[in-house]
Amino acid sequence: MSRLSIGSLFRRPEAGAFLGMVAVIAFFLIFGGINFLKPSGIASWLNVAANIGIIAIPVGLLMIAGELDISIGSMIPAGSMIVAIMSGHYDFPIWMSIIVVLGFGVVVGFINGFLVVHTAVPSLIVTLGTLFAVAGLVLGLSVLITGTTSVSIKAPDFYKAVFGQFIGGTYQVIILWWFAVTAVYIFYIHYTKYGNWIFAMGGDRESARNAGIPTTKLTIILFILSACSAAFVGMCQALLFNSAQVSAGMSYIFNVIISVVVGGVVLTGGFGSVVGIVFGTITFAVVNQGIYFTSFDRNWSSLIIGVMLLAAVLMNNTFRSMALSYAPKKK
Amino acid sequence: MTSPVLELRSVDKSFGPIDVLHDISLKMNEGEVLCLLGDNGAGKSTLIKTLCGVHKPTRGSILMDGAEVTFSTPREAQDKGIATVHQFGGTFPLMSIGRSFFVGVEPTKGWGPFKIYDRKKANKIAVEAVQNFGITRVDDGDRLIGGLSGGERQSLAIARAVHFGARVLILDEPTAALGVKQAAHVLRIVNEAKRRGLAVIFITHQVMHAMAVGDHFAVLIRGAIAADFRKGERSREEITDLMAGGETMADLERQIEGYADA
Ligand SMILES: Nc1ncnc2c1ncn2[C@@H]1O[C@H](COP(=O)(O)OP(=O)(O)OP(=O)(O)O)[C@@H](O)[C@H]1O
Ligand SMILES: [Mg+2]
Repeated sequence: MSRLSIGSLFRRPEAGAFLGMVAVIAFFLIFGGINFLKPSGIASWLNVAANIGIIAIPVGLLMIAGELDISIGSMIPAGSMIVAIMSGHYDFPIWMSIIVVLGFGVVVGFINGFLVVHTAVPSLIVTLGTLFAVAGLVLGLSVLITGTTSVSIKAPDFYKAVFGQFIGGTYQVIILWWFAVTAVYIFYIHYTKYGNWIFAMGGDRESARNAGIPTTKLTIILFILSACSAAFVGMCQALLFNSAQVSAGMSYIFNVIISVVVGGVVLTGGFGSVVGIVFGTITFAVVNQGIYFTSFDRNWSSLIIGVMLLAAVLMNNTFRSMALSYAPKKK
Repeated sequence: MTSPVLELRSVDKSFGPIDVLHDISLKMNEGEVLCLLGDNGAGKSTLIKTLCGVHKPTRGSILMDGAEVTFSTPREAQDKGIATVHQFGGTFPLMSIGRSFFVGVEPTKGWGPFKIYDRKKANKIAVEAVQNFGITRVDDGDRLIGGLSGGERQSLAIARAVHFGARVLILDEPTAALGVKQAAHVLRIVNEAKRRGLAVIFITHQVMHAMAVGDHFAVLIRGAIAADFRKGERSREEITDLMAGGETMADLERQIEGYADA
């Protein structure tokens, strides 16, 4: 980070996301009062942010690379149901369930990536297909095996401590996972060559391939990452709430995409940042939960989120053109 | 005389039933600029795509340093030193100069899983490479490609090709859509690349630009070489007519004859 000037900060992809985050926090401080920033208030939105955030980063990376993944909507319940059926309904050890959960993520992610790379079908359509296919598979299998769509699971203390407990009674342990994976993503995306490859791929796939970047492999890996992340979040939720439902997860599709776009990722690919996605996720969670601290009806939060999304898209374009037109002052 | 860097021998290219190139034979030498001229649809882009590995010739052969070569991908051609710069040069408008310069070959420091991208080094080398070509206005490797002018982008792309050891530089209409000053910039860089011993293939619709840098000219009409001559062998008017004409081959030949006799 050289020369930190206001100007250079404003050209960063996360600039808009940061301002948006500050604005919504200020808004809910004014209308909701300070409770919203007291420990229990913070927990309310941080919990939401962490669950979305773990999925939003890989989905955001896919968007930077020019792809989209909406199959996460059924990967979350898939992760929940696999662990609940294997270790709740049956008595397999949890570690075995975890391997199957992540393994299923690898398989679905690979299918998504493989189809996107080897057919000309847009990733929205491919993942729409796997979204329904996985949802149907999970529903069908759970009814077939357990006879219900909701399965309970009692995990041993160790696994609850690591994946699904409330720290201090209110903070979900998944928050720590979110912080940890965010740090790893920031390192790999912004400080190694792999990040460069993803941005190049989103800028121009053909040129990136000609420059020797393994675009096929990289795309498939990104799809695997997002499918595994969604399955992981689903698994953590099942361990936290001691039960799993087939239907939980579809709202995540919208929430994740909103967080990514509000986080400054340009829809056409090639521009964005991990920190921006984190800001976008927090912004979304604050609006989503902050409304409970105000006297407003909760329905208004959808209006705020909708307006925010549109504002973010417009702002992203502005910041993007500011970044593009930047030239050092003539001396 | 040493063998040409790159040579085409009787190359034909058809797309199914459509014959685009007929019996093209051309030689490209080190330190020379070959100007490829011709009307729209004459087959210029197809010809260079055949040279840089995008298309395979239907018939005929490509030779490098006198030995026959086949490129199955653009990457293979690049590895052998054939660099292509398409119109608008930098293709990653939202990436920084340093990052796009090194796409795919990023300099790193550190070890194992903690190898980090060496931004300072990348920026320094990229800026030096461009400045070496006389583009002194580019002095910050963190600037985005999209913020550069068209000429600067072309120059950056050419500097990049030279930096990574290109021997043959293919430029498809690098001066199209550029103003007079910007075009002059690019032409200067083409000359600099030539001075460094690269064989340059330069496609343009502008005779002035061709005359400014060309050593050797080939005019394509309907996929065939209608004229092949060296600098000074034809006047500007003759070249202009060659480029503009070509309703039919015979028509054109009569025209050329007429000029030559006059
Ligand atoms: N992949 C393809 N399949 C079929 N026909 C093609 C293909 N590529 C090019 N052609 C045809 O070959 C001819 C030559 O095209 P080309 O792009 O090489 O022309 P050009 O000389 O570069 O023209 P311009 O000056 O407009 O760029 C055109 O008639 C075009 O329609
Ligand atoms: Mg062309």
